[in-house]
This record gives sequence, structure tokens and C-alpha cells, in this order.
Amino acid sequence: MAFAAFSGGSEKSEYKVPRKNSTKVALALLLPGMIYLALFFITPLVSLVATSLEVPDASGEIGRYQYGFEIGNYWYVIQTYWPHIARSFVYALAATILSLLISYPLAYFIGVRARKWPLIQKLALALVIAPFFISFLLRTFAWKQLFSNESWIVTTLQSLHILAPDQYLVGTDFMVIFGLTYNFIPFMTLPLYTALERLDLRLLEAGSDLYATPAKVFRKVTLPITMPGIISGTLMTFIPIAGDYINASRDFLGSSGTQMIGNVVETNFLRINDYPSASALSVLLMAAILGLVVFYVRRSGTEDLL
Amino acid sequence: MNKPLPQDPMMLELIKMARRHQMTRRTALAGAGASALALALAACAPGGNNTKLTPAKDVSATDKSLVWHNWSLYMDEDDKGHYPTLERFTKESGIKVEYKIEIDDNDTYYGKVKDQLLQGKDIGADVACPTEWMAARWVNNGYVQKLDEANIPNKANLAPAYLGASFDPNRDYTMPYQGIIGGLTYNKKAYKEATGKDAPTSVADLWDPALKGRVGVLSEMRDTIGIILMSQGIDITDPNSLTSDAFMNAIDFFKGKVEDGQVARIKGNSYSEDLNNGDTIAAIAWSGDTVQLNLSAGEEKYGFVVPDSGSTISADLFLVPMGATHKANAEALINYYYDPKNAAELAAWVNYVTPVVGAKEEAMKIDPTLAENQLIFPSEEFMANTKSFRSLTGKEELSFSKAFQEILLGA
Repeated sequence: MAFAAFSGGSEKSEYKVPRKNSTKVALALLLPGMIYLALFFITPLVSLVATSLEVPDASGEIGRYQYGFEIGNYWYVIQTYWPHIARSFVYALAATILSLLISYPLAYFIGVRARKWPLIQKLALALVIAPFFISFLLRTFAWKQLFSNESWIVTTLQSLHILAPDQYLVGTDFMVIFGLTYNFIPFMTLPLYTALERLDLRLLEAGSDLYATPAKVFRKVTLPITMPGIISGTLMTFIPIAGDYINASRDFLGSSGTQMIGNVVETNFLRINDYPSASALSVLLMAAILGLVVFYVRRSGTEDLL
Repeated sequence: MNKPLPQDPMMLELIKMARRHQMTRRTALAGAGASALALALAACAPGGNNTKLTPAKDVSATDKSLVWHNWSLYMDEDDKGHYPTLERFTKESGIKVEYKIEIDDNDTYYGKVKDQLLQGKDIGADVACPTEWMAARWVNNGYVQKLDEANIPNKANLAPAYLGASFDPNRDYTMPYQGIIGGLTYNKKAYKEATGKDAPTSVADLWDPALKGRVGVLSEMRDTIGIILMSQGIDITDPNSLTSDAFMNAIDFFKGKVEDGQVARIKGNSYSEDLNNGDTIAAIAWSGDTVQLNLSAGEEKYGFVVPDSGSTISADLFLVPMGATHKANAEALINYYYDPKNAAELAAWVNYVTPVVGAKEEAMKIDPTLAENQLIFPSEEFMANTKSFRSLTGKEELSFSKAFQEILLGA
């Protein structure tokens, strides 16, 4: 799905109905892929679900669980961690909208305006991808340093009375959403660019020939045509952001007030060795994202992406 | 689902083909069967096993080698990346040591090796150095081989403060590698500017409103809550004083400090970054790091104090897991590092508290100012005010760490 989504739209191609006796060959060709899926997707998934239903064993020691059909684990994690689940989706929504607002003009410039200057277009595209050459962790860490309590950004904001003297940026909701937006902007820009790059400018001309204002042309022509790019871009940012645990981590831009579902999974898995709760949360996150994506794609009428 | 089929013959053919391949009841059942099989397999994974473990066969006599799992920056290292004391050990004993920096965090290390430990299998190390509380869990669960005192004559050099731990009172199963003192580290200049005082003296000084948002604590429960408990007059070594109620009381207090923004940073090893960039002015932190922070700052920028109510002390312990096959070699290694000369050389580099008596005198010969450093070679008065967190039962550990982690996760 991801690759189909990344291409930004469906292209019509000549299609030949395969002959019947090629089914065996097709199956044989599919086999490695199926084995791979079974080993590295189905098995971990089943193991995850099985773990999410485990119960503590008789020893009562930390991290010791045995198989039991305990659906109650799911209720427990929802009751205990609903604020973190809600926070994850609010952060993901905010960061996705912000990156869409930033990326669309950027992609429009690269894909449409810069067509006249191919060199600038290539350069701008390279600049969008350039941050990937440096580790994600390192870049996030750099922001933490830039926004640290003694940094000129914070001291300036404090002297302008935008921040109170005992208010800082690192560890706030703002900082985490900032980090998430920054880190996932390329995932939004690239699908938008592929959609905008193919935009037929004659359609825009036709729109203004019919006395539409530029705003109306944008709303009625550009936006609908690039909708597949917007859908794939938002999916490619929203899904990883909802599961992200680096930006919100106490070691990076977050604090104990900004922990997301990924941080809760980490804590349960590594700190208190509560594997069933961690697994139940992971299953819930997967199910919630899958549900949201299906709903979203249906609503926006681009089922062909799925 | 019931849209009329398209008229285009090619599309019609494609849709029919797709329908033929759609999931039939039979394939659905097969899928369910496969999942059930996988679930059953998953259920067979190692679970509770209460049989007593037995030590693996010791092949030290024929195989002069050994694998050691340890923490980073925990071994003297020269400019070329060699470990001088370790290489001398190999030269003297003929035992080749594979030194692996494998432990980054007690919990994650435990997560990595626990399935092997449970079955008494080889965890890939003949000797490892987890922190005391984790080592206690291993000893209590019977995951650790008993050490042979005859092979460690230098055990006589063990500082008496390290004897008497409830899980291993005579150090039959574990031996301290380096001691770790938890106390208050502060940025001297920034602390003076913020509060007008020269240095914090008690835990209460951390709750000064002038430090709001600039206080850090360790994400290590036993140090942070231990120090808070002591400031509330609790004896953390005594099960009658450190009860579940007392613990939860301290947790509530700590929670208030996190929620009102007084404590801004709760971290593990990475807290030194916050001291470096000035985010944190005062913190509950480890002594050895303060020495290293000052070294990298090139000046005595940070101070370390034991709060008047007392400090926590803990240690990383040598232990030999049940599945290890080179116990005698490991004992030779432990004995080597209990020689005061070697201990002094090691302490001079790693800057943690050495548990070896006589190391201070040896250090005097290498570097007298170093030997004067209370944080590496603490005096008896200094040690008198440090206590170690009592060992917890499995149930206590689970409920205590849950309560602590809940604060770290916030609501």
C-alpha cells in the first residue's frame, strides 16, 4: 500500500488477461514473498497478540508471564493509558496538519513554479531530502540544544514576555509537535511534489478562461487533482507520528507531561517488563490506525490507494 | 458490494477473476487453523520453570578464555583503544579476555538475557557486572554460581561497607566492581546566581522556588526515591522503616514536584547533557559522573554533595551466571581487580568509588591529588552517611517500579 500511496495516483496501463496455466508459475513466484510475510509479519503479529493475552505466572516475579486468555489486559491499558493514547492522536493530527500547511506551498513551488528552472527544481528537491543524510536522532537532539533553557531563543522569548521567567520550551507540547512536524515534513513534501509535478497547467488556464478567481481555480482544480498526493502524504506522516516515541521521549524534546503511546510501550516493555500491557497497547495502536486509515480513505474517495 | 458490474468486457473478466480468488470459507478456516497453530507454538515459549538450576561444567582448566559483559567507559583505556590493566591480566594469567560493552541499562540488559537465565543457559558471558539491585534479582532467583573463595584470596581487600547485603551477606555470589554514590550535583556558578547560596546542603534545597524547572533527577528509582525517602527520615536499609506505605508516600511527594514543574528532567545516563548545556542547575546524580563532567569542562565547574539526610550507595557487581563455562577464569579476573595496585589504576581512569581497601595508598603513588578525591576514595566519615536501598521482593519490585514509572509517564 505504501508504495502505491507514494506514487501519488493511479496510472492506467494496458492490461493483458493472463493465461490460465501460468497460475502455478505465478504461485511459485509469489512463494518467497509469502514465506517472508509469514515469517516476518504473520508470526510476530500472532506472537504479539498471544503475548497481549498473557497473565502473570505463579512466581509473582517481575517480568514472568504465562499464556492465558486474558482479554482484561486490553481494558486495563485503555483505562490506565487513555490520556497517552489520546495525546498521541492529537499530536499526530496537529503535526500532520502543520506539515501539510508547510509542505503544500513548498511542493507547489518545487513542482510547479520551479519548472522553468530545472536546476533550481532539482536543488530544492535535494534540499528537502538532505536532512536524511544526518541521523534522525542527531537532528532531534540538535533542536533540543537550540531550544535549551539557556539558549538565545528561550532567553529572547523570556525578555519579550512571551514566556514567563520560569517557563521553558523543552518538554512542552509545543516542542514535541514542533519536533514531530520537522522530522516528518519530507514524508509529506515528496508525495505532494509527485502529484503537483504532473499538474497540467492548461487546466488552470482553462479555469481562469472561465472567469474563476485564482482562489477558486485552486479550490476547484488544483486541490482535487492533487488530492491523491495529499491523502498519501497525510497517511505517510500521520501513521509514523502516532507511533513515534523519540520526539516525545524525556531524553529528547519531551518531559513526563508529553509521553506518547510509544513511550508507554517502551516503559512497559523495558522498564517494568510488563509484556502483556505493552503488547496490548501495540495491538490497539495498530487497530486504531488501521481503522482511522480505512475511514479516512473511504471518506476522501480514494479507495484505489488501499 | 452490490454495484452493477461494468459493461467493459475486459473489466468484467478482471472482476470475475478477482472474485474467484476471494476468500472462500475453506481458505478462511485454513487461515484460522494456521493462526491457532502459531498461537499454540507461541504458548510453548519458555514460561515458568521452577526447577533448581545447576552450574554449567567449568572448562577453565583447558580453555584459557573468558567473556566479560560490562558498561561503557568502565575500563581504563589508552589513546590507542587498548585496555592496559586487562592486557596485563592476560599477560600474567594467560587467560584471554573478550571484553564486551554489552550493558547499557540494567532493565534492557535483563530483557536481553532473561530467557537464557531462566533456563540456566549460557547468556554469552562468563562474568557480567549488573547493578546491585539487578544482581540481587539474579541471586534470589538462583541464576548465579557460587564463587570459590579459595580462588579469590584478594577478597580480604573488600571494603567492609560492602558486606551485609541481604541477598548475599558474605559476598558468596557477587563481588563489587565499582561503587556508585548518588547525591546532589550542582552547577556552582548557576546555583549561586539562582539561589544566592554556595551549595545545596539538603534535599529540601532542590525544592527552592528559584530552581523551578531547573532540577533534574535520575530515572533510577532506588537513587531518586531513596534520597527522597532518607530526607523524610526513612531508613532505606530497614524493611520495617522502608515499608510500602513509606515508599508510596515518597512517590506522592515526588509526583507533586514533577507535576508542579519543579523537577523538569528525569533521566538515566544522559542527564550530564542537561548539566552541560545549563538546562539543569542542580540534580540528584552519581558521583563518578561529576568527576568526569569536571574533567571535560576543564575546571571545577560542578560540585557534588552528600545531602545531610544521607546518600544512596550501590555498586555494579561481578557475578558468574549459571550457564557460564569459565568460572575459575572469572574468579582469577575478580582476584586480579582486587589487587590494590590494579584497582587504583582502574579507579584513576573510571572515577567511581573503588571497593578495594589499599587502593588509595596505591593511588597516592600514581597521582596524590587523585587519591585525595573523596568521590573516588571516600573517607570513612563520607561513607558513614551513605546507605544502600534494601532489596525488594518480586511483588514489591513490580509495584514500586510501576508507581515510579507511572510518574515518569505522566498522565
